[in-house]
Amino acid sequence: MNIKSIKTMLNLSGSWGIMRRYFVVNGFDGALTSLGLIMGFFVSARVDLTVVITTCLAASLALGMSGVSSAYISEAAERRRQLGQLEDAMLSSLEQSYHAKSVIWSAGLVALVNGVAPLFIALIIIFPLWLGQQNLLYGLDPLATAIAVALMIIFMLGVFLGRVGGTFWLWSGLQSLTVALLTLGLIYLIN
Amino acid sequence: MPSLKRLVLDVLKPHLPNALDFSLAIAAIAEDYRVDVVVLEVDEKTETLKVSIEGEQLDFERITDMIKENGASLHSIDEVSVTGN
Repeated sequence: MNIKSIKTMLNLSGSWGIMRRYFVVNGFDGALTSLGLIMGFFVSARVDLTVVITTCLAASLALGMSGVSSAYISEAAERRRQLGQLEDAMLSSLEQSYHAKSVIWSAGLVALVNGVAPLFIALIIIFPLWLGQQNLLYGLDPLATAIAVALMIIFMLGVFLGRVGGTFWLWSGLQSLTVALLTLGLIYLIN
Repeated sequence: MPSLKRLVLDVLKPHLPNALDFSLAIAAIAEDYRVDVVVLEVDEKTETLKVSIEGEQLDFERITDMIKENGASLHSIDEVSVTGN
């Protein structure tokens, strides 16, 4: 299976749009989960940064595993259904076609994107914590810096969605940021 | 050895790949292939095409493989041009 074949399958199955959507949706999940955890540690009794990093990594790994498995099962089932409908319309088997191969490949790639997104975004958010642990933040509070990074990523995800949807990027970014700030406010109130 | 110079095929294919991508895929088999596609009928999920292919030595097996790879099925061979030695 070469790159051209994979691109053909992704085009035929309309997977580019699905991958983009899944990246943002699960990336948002990853960012908000990490933000929630870090905010929880920020407002409660301070613990060692290793505990914070491990907790955030474990949560994002769990989100990633959940993303890969759930997306693969649902995408593969949906694509099998579509393939069956197409075979009915064609009155022949499409076994040798890109349409049939894309049941496995496209579903796998979509699932991979869905799983990698929260992990990738969480790693960026965790990075300041790691810098703090190595004493490389030069006086900045690691938890506050990680919260700021998470807010920035959530804003950027909103901007990206705005650009995809053709709406005003700043408005879309601010909408996402509002959700994140609301979450922070709720966590603060709980504490 | 006889050479296959021209083929006109009746093909049923899904809407995707579209007629352009489908003809490009067939034309990519060899450098001298010329492919003309006419969409005869469009249904809810399928399209019927008249596919004309010309070349110095058409490889029928690779053409049918390419048709299958793109999810289409060959219904009939409507015209053939072959030259002898």
